[in-house]
Amino acid sequence: MLSAVLPDLIVARPEGLYCPPGDFYIDPWRPVTRAVITHAHSDHARMGHDHYLATHDSEGVLRARLGDIRLQKLAYGEPLVINGVTVSLHPAGHVLGSAQVRIEHRGCVWVASGDYKLDQDGTCLPFEPVRCHTFITESTFGLPIYRWPTTAALSDDINTWWRANAQAGQASVLFCYAFGKAQRILHNVDPTIGPIVVHGAVANLNDVYRDCGVALPPASRVSELSDPNDPALRRALVLAPPSAQGTTWMKRFGAYTDAFASGWMLVRGARRRRGVDRGFVMSDHADWPGLQQAIKATGAERVFVTHGSVAVMVRWLQEQGLQAESFTTSFGDQEDEA
Amino acid sequence: MKAFAHLYALLDATTSSNAKLAAMQDYFARAPQADAAWAVYFLAGGKPRQLVPSKVLRDFIQQAAGVPAWLFEESYHAVGDLAETLALLMPEGDGTDSLGLADWMQLRLLPLRGAPPEDIHAKLAIYFAELDQAERFVCAKLLTGSFRVGVSKLLVTRALARVAQVDAKIVAQRMMGYTDTRARPDGAAFAQLVAAYSEADRQRGDGQPYPFFLAHPWSLPLAEMAGRLGPPDQWQIEWKWDGIRAQVVRRGGRVFIWSRGEELVTEQFPEISRMAQALGEGVVLDGEIVVWENNAVQPFARLQQRLGRKTVGPKVLADQPVVFLAYDLLEHAGQDCRALPQHERRARLAQVCGSVVDPVLRLSPLLTGASWAELAAQREQSRTLGVEGMMLKSVSAAYGVGRTKNDGVWWKWKVDPLSIDAVLIYAQRGHGRRASLYTDYTFALWDGPPEMKDRRLVPVAKAYSGLTDEEIRQVDAIVRRTTVEKFGPVRSVKPTLVFELGFEGIARSSRHKSGVALRFPRMLRWRQDKPIDQADSVDGLAVWLPA
Repeated sequence: MLSAVLPDLIVARPEGLYCPPGDFYIDPWRPVTRAVITHAHSDHARMGHDHYLATHDSEGVLRARLGDIRLQKLAYGEPLVINGVTVSLHPAGHVLGSAQVRIEHRGCVWVASGDYKLDQDGTCLPFEPVRCHTFITESTFGLPIYRWPTTAALSDDINTWWRANAQAGQASVLFCYAFGKAQRILHNVDPTIGPIVVHGAVANLNDVYRDCGVALPPASRVSELSDPNDPALRRALVLAPPSAQGTTWMKRFGAYTDAFASGWMLVRGARRRRGVDRGFVMSDHADWPGLQQAIKATGAERVFVTHGSVAVMVRWLQEQGLQAESFTTSFGDQEDEA
Repeated sequence: MKAFAHLYALLDATTSSNAKLAAMQDYFARAPQADAAWAVYFLAGGKPRQLVPSKVLRDFIQQAAGVPAWLFEESYHAVGDLAETLALLMPEGDGTDSLGLADWMQLRLLPLRGAPPEDIHAKLAIYFAELDQAERFVCAKLLTGSFRVGVSKLLVTRALARVAQVDAKIVAQRMMGYTDTRARPDGAAFAQLVAAYSEADRQRGDGQPYPFFLAHPWSLPLAEMAGRLGPPDQWQIEWKWDGIRAQVVRRGGRVFIWSRGEELVTEQFPEISRMAQALGEGVVLDGEIVVWENNAVQPFARLQQRLGRKTVGPKVLADQPVVFLAYDLLEHAGQDCRALPQHERRARLAQVCGSVVDPVLRLSPLLTGASWAELAAQREQSRTLGVEGMMLKSVSAAYGVGRTKNDGVWWKWKVDPLSIDAVLIYAQRGHGRRASLYTDYTFALWDGPPEMKDRRLVPVAKAYSGLTDEEIRQVDAIVRRTTVEKFGPVRSVKPTLVFELGFEGIARSSRHKSGVALRFPRMLRWRQDKPIDQADSVDGLAVWLPA
């Protein structure tokens, strides 16, 4: 019970999760001197810190979003000592460059997982279980109703939908978060069905993924099309961020069929509220079995839950015999990202 | 279950009526008639009496999914639908089911009613092991009696009409009574729905009612009435009664009373049934059932005591005396007279009713006025009289089907709802499309005037409807931010939001903390301009209370 006698390695402060002996924050939501960033989604990587630490693979997106920041890069697994605390970053399987933060101090190990998922999708390194005394987990989909289809089954569904629309002469507009999900879809979809068109927000991130060696099929921006009224558009798969829904950008695709990709689409009420023809259940967060598996694999006796179904997960883990508590954070404000 | 679950998925995935029609038509044409018979029943809104008590089903889900009761409750509240919660929590089945819908109903689901819980659990475990997630959902919907997919009865009727290649109105007639709770549709019943036009369609020698003709709301100002409607003498004008719309069918020596929900309510109203025996053979009346005492209509709440019970005892009969206020004649001497103009039907109605001496039968009186302004003045008495306003029926109108305007029109000219400004104090998550959003609210009024010290908010009404999706989203966010306490699915919130509530009436109630019950409360608008201390107080309601 080493962890019980030593002071906590991570505590919640108004600025964010803080490591007192190392004097740094993890994904802070207010400006601080030193920030360790788990991944480049906007609720985790914010503006205004003096110094950032992140993985090599995160650099492209961080710089694209935050501009000219002071960024120190680490390879996955490479140790760095900060004020006597050993810090290393390990794959979280969430999006390109996403990492869990392992902190070791006087023989005590804590891991802050940021956001993570267990399914492999080929666009980022798969989640790596890291043994620790204390694990900090998310709980975005912390209810047993959430069980994801496999990547293969999901890709089949998307291909079948796209093919049917293409045969009916309708563009297939798939709304998805531009960073992470769009690239997962592109990487796994069958590009022989028809042309692929992407919104500018998606195109920028495709370039970053390709630079990191992730294979993506050709996908053009609308501005790159030689003929914006090309009839081939009626057979296209169109990837756009949810914010594009209902905007004039959509008009060029005529009478299209639309769908939305998100873990929330598992529930019929959420699907109907979204007002699209089809919902694909696809998340870059772990489902309920995934959360349980990840927590178990760490061997941690103590677990902090940061966001999502916090109370449920805390109670569940306590009933499983773990010491479970919650941290209040500002993560996961944007439902669209999940 | 496979083919029906597939049909459900198709209907659920589109908002296009044409796509839905095509999907149903395709299913009806291919499915075995016995399966199609049940499909029509469910699609058109039929609900068999509850097959499995909800408690038994909940226990089954918890056991089968291996989750503790509290985690089941959390899951249920996030999903907002018991059948869907079952589908999402249960372990994945093997998808090997090959039984048709009729066999599912007759061999499996219907026999569950009344079985001991342990038998139900054992059977359900076997049944669900064969179903995939989509099939589990549809099957559980049939079990819970909450099957609903975005098709109207009218759309089902149109799909059947295409299959049968007969007029949809004929099919609508054949469909009357089809979705009765006790109905057990079979292949022969379906064959009848899609049969070629026959003599039987012409002479409906059975107890079936006609499709009800429905009114449209009239909401234009008084100044436009003469311009749009012409003079009042072109209209048959009556009070709009607040009761149960019903058809009394007298054929073959028997009486059938049908409510507008196409439910047979004959047994709930034995005195009307007795009265109707005196009508001649082949007569169908349209009208309103109301509780009538001291020569006046009584609040709707009293009528409800007649419904929702299997047998109506002498005490209820005596305490809640009803009358049938007749206002239309649909069949006379065995002849369908719906195509006759309104004034002609009314004249014959008066004749038919005049020949029956029974206080249970009353003619809905006609109202007259030299001008719309004069009628509007009369309409002001509506609340005192216990009616909702006036009905305006074009004197030349035929009796149409549903909400058609092709054969003339009926307008309902209702008085404005009563309204109060109330404070939101509790919120609960909604169901279906509103699952996991806080959409069901409890509202409170002050228990004293502004100058009273330490006055408090007392709950007066619950309301769910009236806000736009965008407003719901905003209120949901505020509820989450201002939560004070959580009691299961309910949150108490810091009182900050004021809403204008509309309601149709008010009655004293010992069951409500405030001492009053509001009829049909709903949100009229969000008063973002009002701080909570400007909300109304309970004593302000007293002016509307019946003496």
